[in-house]
Amino acid sequence: MSDVAVHEADHGTHGHITSTGLSNNKVAMWLFLGSECLLFGGLISTYMLYRGRVSIGPRPGHVFDIPFTSVSSFVLLMSSLTMVLAVSAAQKRDDRGTTLWLTVTALLGATFVGGQVYEFTAMYNEGLGFTTSLFGSSFFTLTGFHGVHVTVGIIMLMSLVGIIKRSDIPGDKAEVVELIGLYWHFVDVIWIIIFTLVYLIPA
Amino acid sequence: MTVATETHSEHDHSHDDHAEHGMSNAGYIRVAIILAAMTALEVSTYYVDFGAFFLPVLLTLMCLKFFIVVSYFMHLKFDNKLFSFCFYAGLFLAVMVYCIALATFKFFAA
Repeated sequence: MSDVAVHEADHGTHGHITSTGLSNNKVAMWLFLGSECLLFGGLISTYMLYRGRVSIGPRPGHVFDIPFTSVSSFVLLMSSLTMVLAVSAAQKRDDRGTTLWLTVTALLGATFVGGQVYEFTAMYNEGLGFTTSLFGSSFFTLTGFHGVHVTVGIIMLMSLVGIIKRSDIPGDKAEVVELIGLYWHFVDVIWIIIFTLVYLIPA
Repeated sequence: MTVATETHSEHDHSHDDHAEHGMSNAGYIRVAIILAAMTALEVSTYYVDFGAFFLPVLLTLMCLKFFIVVSYFMHLKFDNKLFSFCFYAGLFLAVMVYCIALATFKFFAA
């Protein structure tokens, strides 16, 4: 006799039976995202402390291109929509729809990263380097870490497209798409915070 | 016997189970339109003088957008509460730790 109740078909089981009744992969992903809050919280706090510390080089208000960054933010926000449509298609076992929306999401993410590279280059040309000031160091560290997260997300999305095309996913495909979707949405919500605190609220 | 097994069954019915907990595609598009409108309002604060409401409006919009994405796109609103606990515990810890850290540097007094 088991002394632990086994729950089946709870909200996130996706065909697994576990002692919690939930998918272990999904619990692990949510725990990981909770820990990521601490990472980005530290980086955002550091930026908030140091954004006014400019002895030499341009100040925040002089290097930010708000219209350009607004478009980038909109692109990343819309990639969350395409990602959730990919998850929806995966739940309906629509492989064509899933790969289509995953590819669109990756392209939107790549557009965002391309915009960030352009923005960094423009800032560097205006005299703001990584070691120019505490503002520059904290800004490039925060937005750079976010950019790396988006890039990792794009790699995961494209890998997933390849794996789906080869039909190589063991177990529940919808759960795998959903897990990568959770990571992608998290990257989006972090940018929602960065866009407001870093770009829109002046130092 | 302590149960620590994880079995992989056929995923015939799992998709249908999960689809019930999300939204329709039209619902997701409606949420995205709301988020886009809120972003437009945020950006408008750069061009229009909101006076004393500038900071409260921006922070409110930021929080609303955050919770809309987490609740609807990440399905926390429809999923098991344990997932919400895992995420919000980390978020709460982060906010508290860094608010205390910023307070020690007299960030809020400036």
